[in-house]
Formats: sequence, structure tokens, C-alpha cells
Amino acid sequence: MRDKLATAGDGRIMDFLERALGWVEADQAEVVLRTGEESLTRYANNAIHQNVAEKSGEARIRAVLGRKVGLACTGDLSEEGIKAAAREAVAIARLQPDNPDFKSLVSKEDFEAVGAPAAPPAPPAPVPVFAAPRTAEFSPEDRADAVKGIIDRAKSRGLVAAGAYTTAVGEIAIGNTLGVRAHTPLTSASLTAVVMSETGSGYADSHSRDVTRIDPSAVAIEAVEKCLANREPVAIDPGEFEVILEEYAVAELTEYLNYLGFGARSLQEGHSFMSGMLGRKVMDSRVTIHDDGLDPVGNPLPFDLEGVPKQQVTLIDEGVARDVVWDSFTAGREKRTKAKGPRRSTGHAMAGGPFAQNLFMAAGSAQKQQMVADCERGLLITRFHYVRAVHPTRTVITGMTRDGTFLVEHGKIIGPVKNFRFTQSITEAFSDVRQVGRTRKIQGGMFGAVVVPAMHLGRFNFTGRTEH
Amino acid sequence: MREFTRGVLERVARAGAGYADVRVVQSREETVAVKNGKVDTVATGRDRGFGVRVLADGAWGFAASATITPEEGERVADLAVRIARASARVKEKDVTLSPLKPVEGRWRAPARKDPFEVKVEDKLDLLLAAEKRMRIGPDIQVSSAGLQAYQECKVFASSEGSYIEQELTETGGVIEAVAARSGEVQNRSYPAQFGGDFRLAGHEWLEQLDLAGQAERVAKEAVALLDAEQCPSGHRDLILEGSQLALQIHESCGHPIELDRVLGTEAGLVGKSFLTPDLLKSRFRYGSEKVTITADATLGGGALGSFGYDDEGVPAQRTTIVDKGVFTGYLTSRETAPEIGQVSNGTMRALSWNRIPLIRMTNINLEPGDWGLDELIRDTKDGIYMDLNKSYSIDDRRFNFQFGTEVAWEIKDGALGKMLKNPTYTGLTPEFWRSCDAVAGGPEWRVWGIPNCGKGEPMQGIRVGHGAAPARFRRVRVGVGKW
Repeated sequence: MRDKLATAGDGRIMDFLERALGWVEADQAEVVLRTGEESLTRYANNAIHQNVAEKSGEARIRAVLGRKVGLACTGDLSEEGIKAAAREAVAIARLQPDNPDFKSLVSKEDFEAVGAPAAPPAPPAPVPVFAAPRTAEFSPEDRADAVKGIIDRAKSRGLVAAGAYTTAVGEIAIGNTLGVRAHTPLTSASLTAVVMSETGSGYADSHSRDVTRIDPSAVAIEAVEKCLANREPVAIDPGEFEVILEEYAVAELTEYLNYLGFGARSLQEGHSFMSGMLGRKVMDSRVTIHDDGLDPVGNPLPFDLEGVPKQQVTLIDEGVARDVVWDSFTAGREKRTKAKGPRRSTGHAMAGGPFAQNLFMAAGSAQKQQMVADCERGLLITRFHYVRAVHPTRTVITGMTRDGTFLVEHGKIIGPVKNFRFTQSITEAFSDVRQVGRTRKIQGGMFGAVVVPAMHLGRFNFTGRTEH
Repeated sequence: MREFTRGVLERVARAGAGYADVRVVQSREETVAVKNGKVDTVATGRDRGFGVRVLADGAWGFAASATITPEEGERVADLAVRIARASARVKEKDVTLSPLKPVEGRWRAPARKDPFEVKVEDKLDLLLAAEKRMRIGPDIQVSSAGLQAYQECKVFASSEGSYIEQELTETGGVIEAVAARSGEVQNRSYPAQFGGDFRLAGHEWLEQLDLAGQAERVAKEAVALLDAEQCPSGHRDLILEGSQLALQIHESCGHPIELDRVLGTEAGLVGKSFLTPDLLKSRFRYGSEKVTITADATLGGGALGSFGYDDEGVPAQRTTIVDKGVFTGYLTSRETAPEIGQVSNGTMRALSWNRIPLIRMTNINLEPGDWGLDELIRDTKDGIYMDLNKSYSIDDRRFNFQFGTEVAWEIKDGALGKMLKNPTYTGLTPEFWRSCDAVAGGPEWRVWGIPNCGKGEPMQGIRVGHGAAPARFRRVRVGVGKW
């Protein structure tokens, strides 16, 4: 059974799911089955130094007794393993006091009632909309050849390359005893490159569910050229600067907004920057951010961990805080309103609560060259490093610049500068937007994917610098 | 299990690999959490599987599977060799390993009360009692308490003849109060962040933590922070309490002494290290004479970074990293140690069966001094005392860092003064450690357990320990940013 489950696109996973649901002796039950294979080739010092492959899976079982919920997970996907987890989930539920905030697992009627798209069909027809067959077939030799191309280009310029090439194939099946069924195969591919000289470095990456859309040569060229431009950076004093943030840097800030406040749990608990701000302006009107789990430009997944189809949610609409994303638990805690009726899940359940997983920032009209030309004195920043939250509700974060920071004066790039530390509120930074880029780039994020343009911001607070 | 591992190793040998090891890991975990008087999570997890690491044609390959059968063992062994041969297409030189005598060993971390035998109701009672005591008024927006338990059985077998069995149990817990009023939000926790303070111990450690006994203080401090003054900006003498100092050691000493990172193998992700081998030769002054740092995987008392053997089969060791301020050693592996003319000091660990071992911190300890915290405060004229980590960030050479803590108090003329909110401090690693002029010791020195140190791709969050006591640093920049 284990091997059969791990075959992406194989509808037999749904048969197994049906049987597993029958093994949970509870008022309500939910089973999430995930199987897959992930391979990763890691390179550094112009050589492959780590090269791994893993075949694994997980069953996540929720058993509900009244208002008690027990959760058991197992990596043992044998019939015995799942039966044991089912018994454990029921036992855990039985031993708890009631949780009055828990209403019910979701039912199919819950999301059909609000006009959401129908759940994916039951087996045997998993349509491989979000899976790319070539990704599933990508071999260790394919990865080695791609990496070699990057290394050869770096070596030809006297540089050193490091990074990783990851490919994954899997499937996820979700069902509960209230009629929810969801299943999809998934693939993903990701290539990163840091290219280094003695005095500087450059970065590039590419992410897609389809490995044929990853262009190692383009990644190599971008990273090598950035590295060559970033040799012998000079030290300048930190302070407040205009900034032109490349897409890598914008993605990091957007993901931190997601982490700090786009989920309903943090909103309800009062530690989201969106708490008390819905309907109010929280940043510049040039900023619009939405989540769309079905948009193939990102890294789509048609449903969430409860099997609820993804709805598009506008989070920031021309600078105004509009909404957050919901799962059934947080939605169930909301009061019904006359105008809108009961709050429903938007299809964003994850293990730790609801989070946006396929974020998009609206593009603007500027090209990066124009941003530079319009910058009086500022910094062009490739990406950020080791970002952490300092104050969640104020969206204050700290981190470093990395792999290419350049001084811009009078509309021209003067040259590379040593890396800075910043300590900055994201919402404040996004409240002074000069320009937004016309093209967007997909980035892997903490929870899924982020598709963002470059941005030209009026102020960004750099609070320290380092020696490289 | 010997038969299974022997079969895998024989298969790898038949495929022509030069070295191989196989790890079989079985684990279970439990998470219990309560929030605002209700059960938030009760969850269990079980996992098992095996991983095969091989050297073929002078390069590494690794494959892993959750299905432990002889047939799957052969498939995974073949795949590991194929992957190694793919790696060999892109190599600069052959991997060589420092010598190691084969070991037949067994090690078990002591745990008095098996946490998986303690009833869930009892754990909920313990947490709900602590959580209830934090609900002291309307300003407490969220009060939560949680605990985790983890158990692991691991078998290591190598083509050189080693066969090692190890077992461990770990537990940890935390309480947290979030206070909010008029748009201001502040939090306090006990005993540490990242899910709490963890030990290689059973349920007895959770009882010893006395979460309920600290709950009211934690909640009161969270509320008090709402009205506290902002931490001032400038340079002050800084006293760090033990758990914050543990994280300072972790980020600015523990990571930069990982020799694989030093040699560049993490450059594609989180970066390298400023502690290059030339600094080892030149006896680089890392810190003041008060600073002696050790890496000690043999430490007892439930220290979270202890073990019997690392995941290459090298026995646990104690190594001096910084001796009275002078940089003297790295954490090494069988592959990296020969690069600096040494043999492995046994720090290779993998998160589980499906990950390769990397050089990881063991227990990285700032050795105790002879001060007491009260003495440190009395001896400080103009300073700040910071307690319990809230944020952390460091650059890609482990040089420029910035930390934030949950709370601080000003120190004026040898006494603690008013409470300060949003405290932060920043610096450059060697300058900071050279500014250390006093370290506490005695009962104030203890080992803090961090369960989720991240490294590598795919990411591995592993268990490490840090021995620390409060210490003082002169004229550190505090109060970073605009508030």
C-alpha cells in the first residue's frame, strides 16, 4: 500500500482515504494523507557536496467527540499504522474537556453555500492541473548537469558558486465524514545560486511547479553578473535612505506581513497589525495584495488542509486593510452578521492556523531602470537576510542586506556598498511608495509562494553595517 | 535491526561504494497546549524510517525511505549509490574521512518519568492551572501554556563495522501572557522562548519548571510593560540574563565555529563564518579573558545537546572553543577535520532518518565566572538588564547581530530601576565578547535547551544546549531603531 500511495496522480489514494475514515470511531473524523518524494542537490565551493532523496508520507487524523478534538499524525502509512493513529486520536479527544470555540469539521455544504467553486471531484479523476510530469521525472543526473552549468559559468569568471536544486513530487488527499473530499497531485522545483568573489557576491533563483520552466542558465547569468557588479564594496554610514528593492527583497517584506497579520488567528488574538484596522488605510494606495490559491502564476494548491476550496481574498486594497484569511475554526468563532451571515472559511487552513499561501502584490508601471533614474540618493537592494520580527503589531522587523547592495546618486548606480542592518516598520515603509515595478517574480515563501514586483520606497531605516 | 542494516550495507558494497552508513530512527512526540482557558492542541506524532549515506567515486549520496523492509533497503541503497555517482560528476576532489575505530555501543539518556505514560488529563491540569493564574485582568489578551515531549530510538551501522544504539527522551514547556491595551501589545514568557526550556529528561522536568508558580509574575510583567518607558537609545553597560545569553552564544559563537559552515558549505543558504582557519592559527582574540567557551556533548544533568555518539559513530567529546578569550577550536566532522589537520571531535547530527548529518552544536557553554547577579547589578553604575529573547538576527558571516528581549530594567547606581519596553541591542561579535568583563557562576549557571536550531537544506531543526549565567558587557549599543 505504501508504494502505491507514493505514486503521484494515482487515484488509489482516495480508496485508502475512504477506508481510513472508517477506522476512526468518533462523531466526526478527518483524514489528511500526504505522500511524496523530494530530491535535493546542494552545491558549494564549485562542487556538489550534498545530494539527497527522500520518499515519505504522513497521515494526519482528527477525531471529534462532541466539542473535543484529538489529533494524531503518523509517518507509518501501513494499515496498522493508520489504525493505531486513529485509535490514538480518539483516545486523545476522549480525555479532553470541551472546547466551546470548536463547532464542527467543515461540511461540503459550508463552502457550496457561499458560492465557492465545487470541491475537486472524487476519484478516480485527479486532474494534474498543478503537477508537471517532467518535474516528477527529473533525475539526480539532470540536477547534477544543471548545477554544473552554473558552476562552469562561475568558474569561467574566477568565481565560486553555491546553492541548491530541489524537485519534489507528491499528492495530497483530504476527506472527512461530513462529505468533504479533495485530492491533487503536486510538483515543485526550485533552483538557487549564490555566486561569490573574494569581496562580494550575487544571487539569483527560480521557482516553478514545472521544472522545464526553470532556466539554470538564466539563474547563472543573473547571479554571476550581480557578483561581478558587487566587487569591493565600500563602507558608507547607515541612516535613512530611499530604497529600490528588487523582487527578492519585496517578497521577504510581503511574507512578513503575512506572518505578522494576514491570518485570522492573529487578528482575533489582537496581535495582528490588521487588528482594529480593517477598512482603514494602513499603507500607500499603490499597494494591493491578495491571495489566490488557484492562480497558476504562483504555486497553486486548490484547497486547504481541511479540504476547503481556496477563495481569492483581497488583503490590502489600494492601501486599505480589507480582510484576512480564515479557516473553519477561526470563522466559527466569529459572530454572524445580518449583512453577511455567518463567517466562512476562505480555504486557508494550515497546521498552525490560517495563513495566506499564494500571495500576489499588484504590479505597477515602472521599470527598474526608471526607478534608478528617479532616485536622488538611495540604495538598490538585491535581497534581505535573516529577517526577524521585533514588534509584531507595528510590523517592525530587523535583518541584513545581502548579495548586492548599491549606492544610487542622481539617478545613477555609483557602486556597491557593504551590507547594512535595517530596523524598520514594514507598514511605514509601504506608506511611502514612489514606484512599483511593472513585472513580477515568483518567490518561495514561509507558507507557499509570493509573486511581487520591485518597489521604490521613499524611506528605509538602516541602523548598522557589517564588514562585508 | 542488525540484519536489516547488514543487508543494506552489503547491497551498497556490491554496488561499489567505498563507505556507507545507515541510520534507522523511530520516534514519537506529543504536544499539549492550552489557551485562554481552553484546550488548544492535543496532538501526537509517530515516525520511522531509514537513511543510507554512501561515498561512491569520491562523492556523497544519500537516500531515505519510511518503509523499513529488505526490498526497500535494496532500492534505497541503489538510489544512494546512483546519487553519489551523479555528485561525482561535479566534484573538485575526492571526499576523505578522518580515521575512526569501529564502535559497538549503546547509550541512553536518563528519564525518570516517561512523559508518554503520564495521562493527558494530568498534563492538561498542569497547563490549565498555570494558564488560569495568568488571567489577572482585562489587559491579558492571550494566556497560553504548552508542553512537548519527544522520544527517539536510533540505530547507526557503518561499513567500517560500527553498530550503535541510542535512546533519548526530551521534554520542555512554556507559559506566555500577551497583554494589550490601546493598540500597544506586549508579551512575557517563562522560562524561555521557542516553546520553552528543554532537557533530556522525563515529565519530572515539567514538574520542576513550576509553570504555575511563575504565572502570576509573568502576567503582571506583561501588563506592566504596556505602561513602561521605551528602552533608550545609546551605549550602556548591558547585563544579559542566562537564557538570552544562551541565544547570544548560539548565534555568535555556536554557528560560526561549525567547520562545514567555515569551509563554505552553507554559503548558498544562511552564509559562512568570519572565524576562518587563519584565525585559529593566529590565536585570534575572540573575547575578553573572562570568556571561555566549550563544546561539551558529554555534559550531564539533562543537557539537551548531549549524546553518546554522533551520527558518524564518533564518541561524544568536550572541546575548548575559546580559552580565556583566545579562539582555539571548531566543531568538526570526519570530512572537515582533515582540512585543518585534525580528526573529528564528534558533532555530526541529523534531525531524523530522512536527513543527512551536518555539523551541529552540542552544548556550547560560556564557562561560569565567580560573580553573582546581585553583585553584577550592584557593581554597575549606568546600565540595562535585559531578560528573555524576543527577536534575533545576525549577518551571513555571523558578525553583525541584533537581539531584542521581552523586557529590560534600567540599572542606576547599582540598583535595578524602572522597567523598559521593546529593548534591543546590537554589535559586532568580537567587539561584543571583548567587552565582557564579568560572568556569573555558582547556582546561576545552568544549561538552557533549545529544541529547534535550524541549519541546512532541507532545513533541520535540531536540539542543542547552552550553559550560561548572567554576564555583563560594557558600553553596548542599545535601543536600536525608531520607536
